[in-house]
Amino acid sequence: MENLMGRYRNVSILAAAIFLQIVGLAVQVKVKSENESSRLIRVWAVTAVTPLEKAIVRLQAGGHGIWRNYLYLRGVRQENQALQQQIQQLQLDQVRLKQDAEQAQRLQALLGFKEQFISHTTAAQVIGSSGSEQSRIVYLDKGSNQGIATDMAVISADGVVGKIIRVFANSSEVLLINDQSSGVGALLEQSRLQGILKGKASGELILDKIMSDEEVKLGEKVLTSGGDQIFPKGLPIGTVARVATGSQFLQVTLQPAAALNHLEEVLVITQKQDREPATAGGSTAARAADILAQRLPSVPDKPETPAPGSASAPPQGSGPSPAQRPSLTQTQNADSPAPKNLLPGAAPAAKSPAVPAQDPKTAKPVAVKPAVVPVSKPSTNTIEQPSPSQSQPPSPAPGDTPQ
Amino acid sequence: MAVSFTSQREIEVHRFSLPVTVLVPLLAVFLQAFIPLRFPFFLHFDLPLLVVIFFAMARRNPTAGLLTGAAIGLLQDSLTGHPIGLYGIAKTVVGYGASSLGVKLDAENAGTRLLITVGFYIVHQVLYFTIARGLVGLDLHWSWPHELIAAGANAVLGVFLFAAMDKLKQRA
Repeated sequence: MENLMGRYRNVSILAAAIFLQIVGLAVQVKVKSENESSRLIRVWAVTAVTPLEKAIVRLQAGGHGIWRNYLYLRGVRQENQALQQQIQQLQLDQVRLKQDAEQAQRLQALLGFKEQFISHTTAAQVIGSSGSEQSRIVYLDKGSNQGIATDMAVISADGVVGKIIRVFANSSEVLLINDQSSGVGALLEQSRLQGILKGKASGELILDKIMSDEEVKLGEKVLTSGGDQIFPKGLPIGTVARVATGSQFLQVTLQPAAALNHLEEVLVITQKQDREPATAGGSTAARAADILAQRLPSVPDKPETPAPGSASAPPQGSGPSPAQRPSLTQTQNADSPAPKNLLPGAAPAAKSPAVPAQDPKTAKPVAVKPAVVPVSKPSTNTIEQPSPSQSQPPSPAPGDTPQ
Repeated sequence: MAVSFTSQREIEVHRFSLPVTVLVPLLAVFLQAFIPLRFPFFLHFDLPLLVVIFFAMARRNPTAGLLTGAAIGLLQDSLTGHPIGLYGIAKTVVGYGASSLGVKLDAENAGTRLLITVGFYIVHQVLYFTIARGLVGLDLHWSWPHELIAAGANAVLGVFLFAAMDKLKQRA
């Protein structure tokens, strides 16, 4: 018997080791809660590995900073001049954008939309990865001690990066958007079609749940829809790189906006505010009402009794002439964030699904996909939009006069 | 009489100091997590696997080999976000197999090391994918060309790495 045990000792230990690990796997698969049974092992491993990663990243950043800021200054003068020119141009653009944004806020407030604004972010440095092709995870140098919590969105200057899935004392684990277990509510910028962004095992980004009969253009930008309640609406995700037709849904492959393979610094959105956009000035309501009255088809004014001798009394039923009526495209940026809330990399604000984009030339009904619920919440006093036929009457020929 | 392909010199059993036993696997896991941040192509390599194969073949003790494989695999698992045990089981088997094979083959020869690494890399990947799909339900994409190229790349890296790590060996 002893000989037998000695003869099969190694195989027995192998079988025992495999059996124990399979049992452990089964427990983990069955108990998929945050109080995971494997947390202690993960904490040990992360605690063992991340300090060295942090030290090397900081050493590297320090050396790079000394080189870039004190030693290698070639071309800085020309770059400075170019940047000053760029600032002048941007200042001009800013004035225009500010006006647009303020107008959008007024209209948005009037429509009663609530929007999620990023109110606080924490900068963090990427210090490590999972080291596996099958798992797209990175580690940050900030953890619960710095206010990081699970399910916080992580973005970079270019776009969406991922979300926090595990938090340790001084580090945290980010699931990248191109991991196959990831899911992000997304919408196409122009067509406003909504879908779910997923990663594939190969690391590609796929926009799923877009019906096959829809048209998706190559190069079209994809933004967060806010429907996942993690990423605020309107953050850039990527652009459409390839479209393949499936049996029921399109296979839309995206080129991510953020460099997911070369991440260095990221922002963790630590606080969001769900509020109605602030409006500038105290007399906003009246001004917004004025604007809306000007822009929407109005009830015809009561005919006034023409004064005796009046040569040109307004004809009955003359509201704004069709040519004066605004197209709905003018309200497309109604949910733009306030200029002060604009973030690096933040795309122009996404349009609200309740105010469908309707280009007069390409206006067509857009089916709202039930897969993703938009973050913008129209209140009960949502103003009904006129139907395309109402809002887009045929423009009269030049010189036409109301009958 | 049992047939063996080993000579007297080849069945020398080696051991490693405690710092090497602890720090080399840790360093391998650390580098595996850190280098892909700067060089994403490094994800095709599996440094912890190479360390498992090296230790197992040098020690030539199946129990030590499988325990080394299990420890390194579990450490690697804990950084991936997937359930812990996927790499653990695969590397346990590889550690056992490499140490068992190390007794019968000339583990010092570069050609042998190249072939062994190719073989064990594929075994490791097959086990990993099987467990990940069968037990955990992960939807992983298997590609033979990719795996074969990765196996070759790991084997070439392994030859140089093993030659460097030979200096850490101590005769038992």
